[in-house]
Amino acid sequence: MNIIVCIKQVPETTEVRINPETNTLIREGVKSIINPFDMYAIEEGVRLKEKFGGKVTVITMGPPQAEAVLREAVSMGADEGILLSDRAFAGSDTWATSYTLSAAIRKIGVFDLIICGKQASDGDTAQVGPGISAHLDIPQVTYVKKIEGIKDNAAKVERMTEEGFEIIEAPLPALITVVKEINTPRLPSLKGMMRAKQAKITCWKAQDIDAEADSLGLAGSPTQVVKIFTPPARECGQMLEGEAPEIAEKLAGLLRSEIN
Amino acid sequence: MGIQIIIEKCTGCTLCVQTCPFDAIRIIDKKAVIDLNKCTLCGACVPACKFKAILLEKPQAAAPKADLKDYKGVWVFAEQKKGKVQSVVYELLGKARELAASLGTDVSAVLLGEHLEEEIQELIWRGADNVYVVEKREVANFQDEPYTNILAELIKKYKPEILLCGATSIGRSLISRVAIRLKVGLTADCTGLDIDPEKKLLLQTRPAFGGNIMATIISPDYRPQMATVRHKVFPETVSDMKRKGKIIREDFNGPMLESRSKLLDIIDEIESTVNLSEADIIVSGGRGMGGPENFKMLEELAKAMGAAVGSSRAAVDAGWMPYSHQVGQTGRTVSPKIYIACGISGQIQHLVGMQSSKIIVAINKDPDAPIFKVATYGIVGDVFQIVPALTKKFKELLNK
Ligand SMILES: Cc1cc2nc3c(=O)[nH]c(=O)nc-3n(C[C@H](O)[C@H](O)[C@H](O)COP(=O)(O)OP(=O)(O)OC[C@H]3O[C@@H](n4cnc5c(N)ncnc54)[C@H](O)[C@@H]3O)c2cc1C
Ligand SMILES: Nc1ncnc2c1ncn2[C@@H]1O[C@H](COP(=O)(O)O)[C@@H](O)[C@H]1O
Repeated sequence: MNIIVCIKQVPETTEVRINPETNTLIREGVKSIINPFDMYAIEEGVRLKEKFGGKVTVITMGPPQAEAVLREAVSMGADEGILLSDRAFAGSDTWATSYTLSAAIRKIGVFDLIICGKQASDGDTAQVGPGISAHLDIPQVTYVKKIEGIKDNAAKVERMTEEGFEIIEAPLPALITVVKEINTPRLPSLKGMMRAKQAKITCWKAQDIDAEADSLGLAGSPTQVVKIFTPPARECGQMLEGEAPEIAEKLAGLLRSEIN
Repeated sequence: MGIQIIIEKCTGCTLCVQTCPFDAIRIIDKKAVIDLNKCTLCGACVPACKFKAILLEKPQAAAPKADLKDYKGVWVFAEQKKGKVQSVVYELLGKARELAASLGTDVSAVLLGEHLEEEIQELIWRGADNVYVVEKREVANFQDEPYTNILAELIKKYKPEILLCGATSIGRSLISRVAIRLKVGLTADCTGLDIDPEKKLLLQTRPAFGGNIMATIISPDYRPQMATVRHKVFPETVSDMKRKGKIIREDFNGPMLESRSKLLDIIDEIESTVNLSEADIIVSGGRGMGGPENFKMLEELAKAMGAAVGSSRAAVDAGWMPYSHQVGQTGRTVSPKIYIACGISGQIQHLVGMQSSKIIVAINKDPDAPIFKVATYGIVGDVFQIVPALTKKFKELLNK
């Protein structure tokens, strides 16, 4: 099986803090990590490879330093990493990001399954996965919590919904986006870390992926950010004190008007 | 193309440095310098500069659309499950009416499914001037491909200027695909929607970086302008049986209805009637609950209050609660009217999933627990004493 996993480098959430004086984001010295949901995507890819044979290619679009997440994925068992990095990609919204990734995937050529995380922890859009499958015109299943099996060139999966889940069979090649329940990502092995150090990371620029210039980066992005601001801080809370029944009485009074 | 500092205008005031979400600007020799390896051309610094010293050149849209003016009306995708229109649709209809009023246009709902008679009527009573209906066996349940084909086709035919959709598991999958097909902008998970009074553009405000910053986004050159919105962000409209509306039926056949992937089964797991994202009240438990058996206590409180039960990741990882109840960065994001956190410490990964709740009640025996920083009402105490007392009180009060 040829599996492609799309991963994104994001700032570690715990490190994104607000400077109380200026009310702005502190990014100094913030560590970058693999987007948490993409860890599950990598793990699932590696598990499928271990079961069916084949190859896992991880791919990321980002600045040159995003190479680090590809190496980390190799340490978890991925075979190859491709970095899409070019100033021409800067300013991409989800339309242009999914276009660029799909152009790179076309260039890779043969694949059976593309795995994405459910969403990225910085943008939180959950739009890039379905975007890639739309560009490639292949079937998609989002929010996959389990791959029940792969047989006769089709994947039978469980898709999480608000009320429970759906069982869906998708013919390959297809794209899935995965949630946390699907697996527990392994820690990189010592051997894996050695491999990661030596792994060759391919770097592609815009001209390498046969993409149309006006579909890339800022030019290819229908949306524009016009303003960024810090949300109003939550009002200072009120502490309720006393014995349990007393507290219950107070809280009930405070919440009464909110409950139908 | 690109971003540029106009050296003569730059005073080195650091306003841009503070605004940059990507830490890409430094002051060197009293002038701002942009690190192009970090800059994503997001544009946040441009309006932040009081001296107009930052120039962001946006290249012309590939095909500048001359026909933007042909696009009229505000559409709401009326998501239904098992023939029931979802509550988020009625929330969106209310907002759509406001937007349409500022634009001087009308509101339409798009409904795909089977046996829809009552739901069509309800959509009109709840604020739709028009309801576009596709009633067919093949679209009874959501499937990515036929739904994408049909919605994209209807948009091409009727040209709405705005399309709103719930940020649900169906909505997000469907609309992302439609946006690519039509090459239009899409903003996820908006918490604010307004019309720019001058340019008449849809201003879409949404949280990013786990709610640490807010961004306002526009899509000036493409139509429709599309946005998804979470449950509970806007209030539901009330049903007005005097309202009248038009029903427009559309028929589709053949390849338009085909789906390569097959929906084999739908399994409902949430026994109680309230699901997490739709709940007005959520009672949530963490590691402080001590074990799975104690979640019964939370279920009782939830029952007394008409609430759903949520959980921290620690309780899910311990196997006390199913993953579908997990709130937070790697679980669900919720914004109920009331969120009651019981024995949850309030680590940032949990907070990002619930801090937009209107009222947060925290019960924790550790007065220094970070959850108290976001709590509207804080209770320092033992969950095993407080929760039963609350259950008793709310039972009396609400008679449940
Ligand atoms: C990449 C990543 C993603 C993550 N995603 C999520 C996510 O989606 N959701 C999530 O919740 N977490 C997530 N986490 C985990 C998160 O960092 C915390 O570990 C987790 O939220 C802690 O859960 P908790 O508050 O239940 O447990 P703890 O932190 O152990 O807190 C238990 C609390 O209960 C209190 N307590 C104990 N006994 C009592 C009692 N009898 N009465 C009252 N209070 C009591 C204690 O004082 C303590 O504050 C993520 C972490 C990472 C690294
Ligand atoms: N720049 C990127 N490079 C590679 N994969 C990405 C990128 N951005 C998003 N993805 C993939 O798309 C998923 C959803 O991201 P998002 O739509 O940004 O929430 C992520 O979990 C990744 O699998």
